[in-house]
Amino acid sequence: MSLGNGVSGAVQALRMSPTRARVRAVWNAVFLGACYLAAIVVLVPLAAILWELLRRGLPGLTPGFFLHMPKPVGEPGGGMANAIVGTLILVGLGGLFAIPVGVGAGVYLSEYKGGRFATAIRYLTDVLAGVPSIVVGVAAYGLVVIPMGRFSAVAGGVALGIIMLPTIVRSTEEVIRLVPRSYREGALALGAPRWRVIQGVVLRAARPGIVTACMLAIARAAGETAPLLFTALGNRFWSTAIDKPIASLPVFIYDYARAPYDDWNRQAWTAALVLVLLVTVMSALLRLTVRRTRRR
Amino acid sequence: MKRRFPADALYAGLVGSAAACVLAAAGLIFVVTLQGSIPALREFGSRFLLGTDWDPVAERFGALPYIYGTMVTSGIALLLALPVGLGSAVFLSEIAEHRVGAAISFVMELLAAIPSIVYGIWGFFILAPLLREGLEPWLIAHLGFLPLFQGFPFGIGILNAGIVLAIMIVPTIISISREVLLATPSSLREAALALGATKAEAIGVAVDAARPGILGATILALGRALGETMAVTMVIGNTNQITGSLLAPGATMASVIANEFTEATGKLYLSALIEVALVLFLITFVVNALARALVYWATGARREAAAAA
Repeated sequence: MSLGNGVSGAVQALRMSPTRARVRAVWNAVFLGACYLAAIVVLVPLAAILWELLRRGLPGLTPGFFLHMPKPVGEPGGGMANAIVGTLILVGLGGLFAIPVGVGAGVYLSEYKGGRFATAIRYLTDVLAGVPSIVVGVAAYGLVVIPMGRFSAVAGGVALGIIMLPTIVRSTEEVIRLVPRSYREGALALGAPRWRVIQGVVLRAARPGIVTACMLAIARAAGETAPLLFTALGNRFWSTAIDKPIASLPVFIYDYARAPYDDWNRQAWTAALVLVLLVTVMSALLRLTVRRTRRR
Repeated sequence: MKRRFPADALYAGLVGSAAACVLAAAGLIFVVTLQGSIPALREFGSRFLLGTDWDPVAERFGALPYIYGTMVTSGIALLLALPVGLGSAVFLSEIAEHRVGAAISFVMELLAAIPSIVYGIWGFFILAPLLREGLEPWLIAHLGFLPLFQGFPFGIGILNAGIVLAIMIVPTIISISREVLLATPSSLREAALALGATKAEAIGVAVDAARPGILGATILALGRALGETMAVTMVIGNTNQITGSLLAPGATMASVIANEFTEATGKLYLSALIEVALVLFLITFVVNALARALVYWATGARREAAAAA
């Protein structure tokens, strides 16, 4: 590793001319100023997005939006009750697939962490988290839609499950690691077998964190659109059957935002606001739980 | 003396096989997309990657316009996001008070979790009119002599997609670069300052030491941009052309799948789209594998130190 220009610059400073000192002082100010500026520039578009979400989404946030069905084309009003229920069913199915597997893998990674297999799985989990969600959708299409012969909520659930998996694995691992070693040592010293130690002591201590981690994964998956386009498809009608196409919030936003009706566009903004609230509240909860546990 | 419990082996096997499921998931994605693209692979071979024709009626498929669109939009995104993201990361880790840095990073992580469809409707309803009436006419008037800025100010197109992607990947760059910068030993800065370096020069030393990790963060962000689907699909205009102008509409690998998959009639058409997914999978897999390796390497030292403490 080279020590860089900073140190050699500093060494030169010992025999430095007044102009050189001034140049360095100016460069210092410019650099620090640019960093301040960058931090501000980053916040502007993000603040703009949140502002527009509130400005355009808030007026439509009425009880009816959650309770009514979509109206036929051309009729104003209506809600997205079916899309909300559809999203709940989809993430429920996804969670059903991903939570047992993900928590198990998280336990493995944190409690049996030494081996080469664990390192490989941890690495692969992180790489899997970077696979585009549309590709996961295509895979779920091949895995479920083609054998079943039609689009279905199950296919969407499988896609969302694969997307949830890396988040659940890694955050489960993280919260289990926060359980103090002394808990494990105490239980082992009492003569408990290792599986009892993990199941009865470690997991019990980590339970609130694991629950929040799963909630976060579910909330993130609830915002996924791409993998649902050709698995769960979408549905303008009430449906809770898991072997049929089903509506979902993100696909609802996509369809309504592209539609040439102002009223539909407004509803898309409201649905987007609901999604963002859901995801950010969950993420904030997880972060705060992890932090509190860490402090203890 | 160590007692052995048979149930322990069973339990280890159980959670171990859960871990193996992660491996299986990654394997299945590859196998299924590979299997689905066999008809297209047989029919077109390498012409698929180099052809510019995408004609479902004549059943001729070349994916080059989409590969081009993916590369160019991701390139714009990196170009815009990298300087700003890096500057912010330096601000958060080196300049701001620790409390401020932690608070802003917290907000950044929340923003990273915003669904991409939300960025999409913002780009479509808010950014597109701004570009159409403000930035793009200005670019055409003042920089129109460059082929990059020729054409008509549509508002939607490659430029819009690049900007939206930049906004989406900035939180990734910031949070990982900040982690990596915090992981460099403070003795580096102290040594530089003790030698009489200015604050900027001392930060330069730290950034120098953090370079592998920052590179990892950048590639990770690139991976996210390459595969981003919904936001891009909403703002890019979806035409399969290679014009060389940033103002023109275009399409990316992810957006063409999102747009045409449900309409794909005919075995070859569907297979061509699945092959696009396969190519996208392979590209992002390699990019992510590389980035993760770099980030592990850069933050591993600190993690080991923390474990030993």
